[in-house]
Amino acid sequence: MRVVLKRVHKSFKQKGQQVQALHDINFSVEEGEFICVIGPSGCGKSTLISLIAGLEFPDSGQVFVDDKIVEGPSKDRLVVFQEAALFPWLTVLANVEFGLKIAGVNQTQRRDCALEAIKMVHLSRFVNSHPHELSGGMKQRAALARAIVMDPKILLMDEPFAALDAQTRQMLQEELQELWQKTKKTILFVTHNVREATFLSDRVFEITARPGTIKKEYLISIPRPRREQDPHLLAVQTTIMGSLKDEIEKVAKQELDIDYEISKTGVVTPVDRNLGSNI
Amino acid sequence: MEINFNSPFFKILRQIVFYLFLAALWQILFNLKFWPRYLFPSPGQVFETLIYGFRDKTFLIAIGISLKRLLIGYGISMVFGTTLGLLIGKIKFLDETVGGFLVGLQTLPSICWLPLAILWFGLNESAITFVVVMGSLFSITMATDSGVKNIQPIYLRAGLTMGATGMRLFTHVVLPAALPQVLIGLKQGWSFAWRSLMAGEILFVSMGLGHLLNVGRELNDMSQVIAVMIVMVMMGVFMELLVFGTAERRVRQIWGLERQ
Ligand SMILES: Nc1ncnc2c1ncn2[C@@H]1O[C@H](COP(=O)(O)OP(=O)(O)OP(=O)(O)O)[C@@H](O)[C@H]1O
Ligand SMILES: [Mg+2]
Repeated sequence: MRVVLKRVHKSFKQKGQQVQALHDINFSVEEGEFICVIGPSGCGKSTLISLIAGLEFPDSGQVFVDDKIVEGPSKDRLVVFQEAALFPWLTVLANVEFGLKIAGVNQTQRRDCALEAIKMVHLSRFVNSHPHELSGGMKQRAALARAIVMDPKILLMDEPFAALDAQTRQMLQEELQELWQKTKKTILFVTHNVREATFLSDRVFEITARPGTIKKEYLISIPRPRREQDPHLLAVQTTIMGSLKDEIEKVAKQELDIDYEISKTGVVTPVDRNLGSNI
Repeated sequence: MEINFNSPFFKILRQIVFYLFLAALWQILFNLKFWPRYLFPSPGQVFETLIYGFRDKTFLIAIGISLKRLLIGYGISMVFGTTLGLLIGKIKFLDETVGGFLVGLQTLPSICWLPLAILWFGLNESAITFVVVMGSLFSITMATDSGVKNIQPIYLRAGLTMGATGMRLFTHVVLPAALPQVLIGLKQGWSFAWRSLMAGEILFVSMGLGHLLNVGRELNDMSQVIAVMIVMVMMGVFMELLVFGTAERRVRQIWGLERQ
């Protein structure tokens, strides 16, 4: 499925003021591509995901999926949300079965599909657990299973691994890469980790600080499976980080005012934004 | 051998000791003769009245009658309250109109509906049912309403992307997500229903526990008054333990708000 965004603008009302989240976004994603979107906090990455998912609508411009304007959510475009969005009242199995149940798939069939998806994310031992009994990594695995069980054409992933420790993150990245190679789904993956973006994707879109526009696009034509230490990979990372640093400083100016003065002296570094510090 | 003072056995023991202590205090006050005997009976006297009341079935009959009234009124409130609450929570127009109106009505103590009920229905069961419904309906409605409004948007968004729209979003996401709050409303509604019923029975309606309490007053039979009050407390405690406590604990465990 192709995703095309044309001159997309989106703003929100905040305390009576208009906050522009996205400004003139244009891009197209080809079927089967793995795209990463990277940018500083608050630049509109989640908003971008919502627009493609059909949960929000642009103020102007169009979002096309397969040449049709997006008019609402669809099972073809599933989201793995930034926060844990598993239903706390359902077990892992029931969570993964949810979409199929809504679609009217009969019980034995949907159970089989769900169990298979759960196995794919290595969560079989926890099928009967409730979300609160899972670790952060396991929750994201379950959320991934809940999305892939529906066999969507496009997978929208909003910083799915951001809250995980480096090792778990690494493992899930490799598994996702494998999954993508197997299923050839179109994936749009939001992150603010440069290393993650370059490791996973075919192309990286860099978004500027708010109002978010696409600043640059990087083609990562390194064959898979990729190695962490691949010198080409490291080279691209350095380029992206250099460019991203400017944007992050802009955000710091916007948000932190006074604190930023201190940061010039080198005391404060933006701690809440992981710009690939674990490289 | 190490003794675990936190075990269930010691918990119950502590509770028994506490109640024995209360009874002992009561007995001491009785022995000090501050008040005349007919105004301040001994624990023994009250206990005797309790036994006697259960043996000649007057208490049992009264409990049965009150419970029946309660269940009818509360049942109606439960069905209409949750439905209304869900509707108000979801439909903006209803929220602005009916929602605001209910906030006003809720401030009215339920017993104020009794004169109206008697004029409308006469001095009969319908009147008392009406009062019980009025006493509990609004709190159930409001709790359900706020339960629906406080659902985390992320659950609705997740449901929507997975194809749950309209009625299916409602039954598969809204309802279960609001359940913890709805349960609180149901529990509160039960206690309001109970209070309304007692107020109604004491004031007008014959039979039932409230009536028995009033008879005690008319006969100057203090030990009956206290015995009936004890019965009422015990019924409340049982209901809390058996129904609402269990349901609430279960929900909290599933949601992970309480450890098993
Ligand atoms: N529903 C909303 N109402 C009001 N403002 C919103 C809403 N959603 C997003 N915004 C604003 O739009 C901007 C972009 O938000 P968004 O969540 O898309 O950022 P993000 O890039 O995902 O950030 P992060 O990396 O921290 O997740 C922010 O300034 C945010 O405050
Ligand atoms: Mg975000």
